[in-house]
Amino acid sequence: MTVDQAPAGPPPGAPTPPAERPAAPPALRFLGGASGPVFVLLILIFAGIFTLNPSFAEPPSMMFFLRQAAPLIVLAIGQYLVIVSGEFDLSVGALVGAQVVIAAALIDGEEARTLPVLGVMLVFGLMVGLVNGLITTLLKVPSIITTLGTMLVLSGAIQLWTGGAPTGALSESFRVAGRFGIEDVPVLGQLPWALLILVAVALAALVLMRSSYGRTLVSVGDNETAAAFAGARVWLVRTGAFVLSALLATLAGVLIGGYAGVTAQVGDGLEFAAITAVVLGGVVLGGGRGTVVAAMAGALAVEGLFTLFNQLSLPSTIRPSVQGLIIIAAVAYAARQGSLPWQRTRPRAPRTVQPTRR
Amino acid sequence: MSAQGTAAPPRPEPPRPAAAARPRRRGPSSTQLVYLALGIILVVGAVLLAMRGGNLFSTGNLVDMLTRSSLLGFVAIGQTLVILCRSLDLSVGYVVALSSLVAATTMAGDPARIPLGIAAALAVAALVGLANGLVVTKLRVNAFIATLGTGLIIRGYLDTRYQGPAGEVPAAFQVFGYSRIGFVPVSTAVMLGVAVAGILLLRRTRLGYHMFAVGGDPEVARLSGIRTDRTMIIAHVLCSVAAGLAGLLLASRFGTGSALVYDSGYDLESIAAVVLGGTYLMGGSGGIAGTVAGVLILAVLDTVFNVLAIDPFFRDVLRGVIIIAAVALYARSQFAKRASRVRFPKAGPGDRAAGRAPTRAEQEQEVRQ
Repeated sequence: MTVDQAPAGPPPGAPTPPAERPAAPPALRFLGGASGPVFVLLILIFAGIFTLNPSFAEPPSMMFFLRQAAPLIVLAIGQYLVIVSGEFDLSVGALVGAQVVIAAALIDGEEARTLPVLGVMLVFGLMVGLVNGLITTLLKVPSIITTLGTMLVLSGAIQLWTGGAPTGALSESFRVAGRFGIEDVPVLGQLPWALLILVAVALAALVLMRSSYGRTLVSVGDNETAAAFAGARVWLVRTGAFVLSALLATLAGVLIGGYAGVTAQVGDGLEFAAITAVVLGGVVLGGGRGTVVAAMAGALAVEGLFTLFNQLSLPSTIRPSVQGLIIIAAVAYAARQGSLPWQRTRPRAPRTVQPTRR
Repeated sequence: MSAQGTAAPPRPEPPRPAAAARPRRRGPSSTQLVYLALGIILVVGAVLLAMRGGNLFSTGNLVDMLTRSSLLGFVAIGQTLVILCRSLDLSVGYVVALSSLVAATTMAGDPARIPLGIAAALAVAALVGLANGLVVTKLRVNAFIATLGTGLIIRGYLDTRYQGPAGEVPAAFQVFGYSRIGFVPVSTAVMLGVAVAGILLLRRTRLGYHMFAVGGDPEVARLSGIRTDRTMIIAHVLCSVAAGLAGLLLASRFGTGSALVYDSGYDLESIAAVVLGGTYLMGGSGGIAGTVAGVLILAVLDTVFNVLAIDPFFRDVLRGVIIIAAVALYARSQFAKRASRVRFPKAGPGDRAAGRAPTRAEQEQEVRQ
């Protein structure tokens, strides 16, 4: 995962800046961008894990870790698409829970129903995404309210339907994606399907962000008026992001359901975890800044952080505190970029009258 | 002193056919709309109950409605101030839990320690608000992340320190939670008092005007000589103190402090109530009167559903639909205003609030694009 894969060109800070600043040494340039901290954090976290538990670096346990991290990374990609277009999606956690419960209830342990039910889940995800997107774009409801509403509706409807406790069971073939993999791969041991799916989704996301749709999406998040004047159909582009986010949440539901089994609480808090991951990756809430690679790295960092807490055998109750401190620190760092001592290699050129900038 | 007139840079209307077609007219204000909605819901609810032979305005139901509204009311009033400043507070649920625990453990069942307990709970809440405000303004962290972060920090503390209910509230303080004057619970009366104080703050004081200005456009507010950071910090402190009041109420009702109340969803529900009350989520427009109506709407719905014995899960569904529908309705009536305003100008609201210059990375990105 190198920085150069970033879809919108190299991350901010890495390319040769305008004459104002001489090129910093590569190591420092790496720190400069908004996405810099997440990669440093990632390295620190894994350095910590490996020091505490050297056996973690062995391929089988890494594979296990990646399988566990896959759903959050998939969710983070979806959340990135929505956030970079200037919106929020708070409904993904409830959607993951809903999809798992739907799958269990409809499949009810019968192998033959697996594929049709997957189809139903895709259509359901598509509908939720469309509703989120169209209400936000056409009815002009702020997305935080729209998706909060769909979150309430989804969790309420699912509880209502199942009467509080999910019924049914997943079929074995449904669980393959989340739980199993290609066995007996040299060196790696088991190569989880979840990892292969993740790689496919990540590559697709990279291609998407380099395509004209991806670039339009970022520009809509940056300045929707300008994007509209440039010919972008803002509502369509944003709705697309919501639909993709919902579809990726469906995929994450398949992975989590296969891995963890069926409970209605399976998606609780995932929306905030995904937003945390994306923001940790230096993606600016409000849109238009940040890369999908950094968002994925953010998700990996969040999962790595939980593993590190395990290794440190911290009481699990203290975890939220550390998580809170780290996201605030990371975002504060990203907001300060360019003004920290080691980044100020030369006095800044005086900025001319900000007020009249517009 | 709304900054709206100067906020929008001169620019042609964006290509939005609906906005262009709609002439700018003065419709009912959002506060009037929300009280209209409250009236309609009361009438519909009363009719529905009457068909089942019930009476929505019986003393029991009125008490139920008002009791429900007082807790969320405190939180939502504070949330209104923060949202008016174009910020957000997701930590309120944790502040409620924390202050209820601080109050109960400080009082420890001793009536003489009631003032001390109240002061300690509110002071802790104010400290959390101060931290929120400082992180948002000085560290320039987006309010969403900043308050989510402080919420998580408090949560870790609560989970580690308190496994179950702790402390004891003396009977004298439980009066606050349980007694009532006529059909109005004391807690609701206090909540309405706080609401009136809040309305006066927003309409009559310099600080209130500053809040509207900062929410309307932080940059313009700053250029007009307003200390935007200070206004924002005060808003956050007041918001947390209001949540602290909710925590006190909770402690007096439960008789002990409880850590688990943070799961009750006060954060998102208070935002929903504020927005339902017609306050603009991007700041600069709205008010506490609307918020109180928003809270009452949610409480009336809850009471009606409760009396009709509707499945609690169906309540969630309907509540979600109503919130979206209401906001969509406001969005229509605010359409002309909104079309001339930048939704997320330049960067996130937090960045913007700090009135900072664009960072180098942003400029580079612009150059590249």
